[in-house]
Amino acid sequence: MTDAVELDRMTVRFGDFTAVEQASLGIRQGEFFSFLGPSGCGKTTILRTISGFIEPTEGAVRIGGRDMRGIGANKRPTALIFQSLALFPMMSVAENVAYGLRVRGVGQRERMAKAEALLNVVALGDQAGKRVDELSGGQRQRVAIARALAVEPQVLLLDEPLSALDLKLRQHMRNELRAIQRRVGITFIYITHDQGEALTMSDRIAVMNRGRIEQVGDGRTVYEVPETGFVAGFVGETNALPGRVIEVGSGLAVVETAVGRLRGRNPKGLGVGAQAVLFVRPEMLHPGLDEADNLLSAVVEEHAYEGNLTHLACNAGGTRLTVLLGAAESRNPPVEGVPVGIGFAAADAFVLAG
Amino acid sequence: MRSSDGHVFVLALPFVVVAVFAAMAWVDRRRGVNAGPGFFARNGWPVGLFLLLAVTLWALFMIVLPQLFMVEMSFRPKLPPAAMGGARDVYTLENYQYFLFGSTTSTASWNATHLNAFWRTILASILVTAGNFAFCYPLAFYMAQVAGAARVRLLLLLLIAPYWLNEILRAFAFRVILGTSGVLNKLLFGAGLIDAPVDFLGMDVGLYAGLSYAYLLLMIFPLYNAIESLDGRLIEAARDLGAPWWRIHKDIVIPFAKPGIGSGCTLVFMLTSGALAAPLVLGGPRSLWFTPIVYDRFYQAFNWPQGSAYAFILLLTCIAFVMAVLKLGRLNLGEITR
Ligand SMILES: Nc1ncnc2c1ncn2[C@@H]1O[C@H](COP(=O)(O)OP(=O)(O)OP(=O)(O)O)[C@@H](O)[C@H]1O
Ligand SMILES: [Mg+2]
Repeated sequence: MTDAVELDRMTVRFGDFTAVEQASLGIRQGEFFSFLGPSGCGKTTILRTISGFIEPTEGAVRIGGRDMRGIGANKRPTALIFQSLALFPMMSVAENVAYGLRVRGVGQRERMAKAEALLNVVALGDQAGKRVDELSGGQRQRVAIARALAVEPQVLLLDEPLSALDLKLRQHMRNELRAIQRRVGITFIYITHDQGEALTMSDRIAVMNRGRIEQVGDGRTVYEVPETGFVAGFVGETNALPGRVIEVGSGLAVVETAVGRLRGRNPKGLGVGAQAVLFVRPEMLHPGLDEADNLLSAVVEEHAYEGNLTHLACNAGGTRLTVLLGAAESRNPPVEGVPVGIGFAAADAFVLAG
Repeated sequence: MRSSDGHVFVLALPFVVVAVFAAMAWVDRRRGVNAGPGFFARNGWPVGLFLLLAVTLWALFMIVLPQLFMVEMSFRPKLPPAAMGGARDVYTLENYQYFLFGSTTSTASWNATHLNAFWRTILASILVTAGNFAFCYPLAFYMAQVAGAARVRLLLLLLIAPYWLNEILRAFAFRVILGTSGVLNKLLFGAGLIDAPVDFLGMDVGLYAGLSYAYLLLMIFPLYNAIESLDGRLIEAARDLGAPWWRIHKDIVIPFAKPGIGSGCTLVFMLTSGALAAPLVLGGPRSLWFTPIVYDRFYQAFNWPQGSAYAFILLLTCIAFVMAVLKLGRLNLGEITR
């Protein structure tokens, strides 16, 4: 099956500034695909290029296998939900939803019936006659979704649609969006800088940094097997221990760091002498071990009990480490101020270029 | 009612209205409606008093009273000064009758010259307004949504600079361009496109061009302001939903800019129908615009009451027309003055 959307070495420049560089990836039919990255990394630019508001400077965008160059935004089988929603204030809720059908020449009665059906899908059936500014933030959100779905796009593009909502509503809308996506079965391309959102909702995630796609994979892979230092640092919490590779072999590398020699996986095959950073997640660090692949001595400086989890801020000879304990582990936590051995497995650490 | 009583009535009317409103505000305040700090509490007594007096006097003596006296005058007969206030100085409709029938006594035939000029003026003002809108809308849209800041500044400068000249000079500039031995004729002749000069002014080309140009800015700015405040994402959203460009204007931009369109068209229409300089300078020999007729009532016929009546008829008709159009466009005055 052809990919729903394919980016082929797509580069977008604004003058001298390169907003997106050599992006290549395929998004599958019916997939919930997220772009995750910090502010200004080019997420919106990618989305606007897919929807046709920006032509790529180099490379190509293909939708359903068809090259989109020269095809205007109004002719593409995509629908975009704007960061600011961009609902039409001069129209009622139902007219907003029906607008895409109106420009396609669908008759008044038919398009209103369809708008009503879609408003029911997003649980706004009783708000059809209201003005847009009479709705709450979450309701507006859903109107925007209904309006985009009305044109039956092959691909729905969502630009941080939940960023303006409060936490509770955001969580609710996450589930809602996922449910809507399953129901309509079309491809969703979702943009967010919230890694929790990306991890919970997406089939796959592309992590972006400064216009480049750093890694594409499902949430578990991106979290557990980061391919670059940026991904390791951006997705989830991590401890970064910089140093130099002094030994490699059987997929592992030993790094000379400020806290001693540490061993971790070497997915990128770094060679001896390379500057590198060893990344290890807080939950992979275990205090009170006498034996492990890696062992270092640290002092617990702070202790933050959060019920199901406990955060420890440790100091290993000047290097700060964060340790996360599960409920079972934290029954008898290390005492503050007393040196303790902290161990972790080589398989749980990654040595990546610094 | 005798006209001397009328004077007293006219003079008293605005004061009574102001007093009634002040009393209403005072009662509201007593009842606790709108319980913000009072006008004097906010500005202090000296400033408050000054503002109040200045605005009141200015509005009353510069705007309200002169207009009211004009209205009052339009209902009085033309009399030699000696007869004023005498037995013949009574209220009458004869000035209005003259407009319709060309005589203060008979109603036998219509006053064709004046009526024709009147309707022509209204019709031409509508056309000029429409033309003005057609020209200004794309420009305003370009400036508000498409062009970069530097381009907008340049365009604004180009638009405003000619208005440093006064209206009469600008009107004469059109004569220089469009006259039988004017620049345009010379160019066309030189290019071999015509072999005899074209009388553009006689064809009223100059009049309409001059009128259109005179109030261009008053169309541009309200349009520009209105379209400026439109979020460009709405345009993109419409395009994303499949709308071609003309639909975007019809469904999104124009409905959004409706208040600006309303105020721009109102201003241009009112000012065009009341324009004096352009018709005087640029009107061809056969064209009769209504405002020069009004002017003549005052200064050629020395018939101020009749002039007032004529001016008042023009004003009322224009207001009625504008109100009707606004009503059709489902706009209210509050919106267009935003
Ligand atoms: N029209 C433009 N002209 C010039 N530079 C632009 C333009 N649009 C975007 N950029 C630049 O491109 C970069 C990426 O912008 P983009 O809007 O794609 O970021 P983003 O990842 O969506 O960020 P955010 O999370 O803050 O929305 C930014 O540095 C921005 O300044
Ligand atoms: Mg963005």
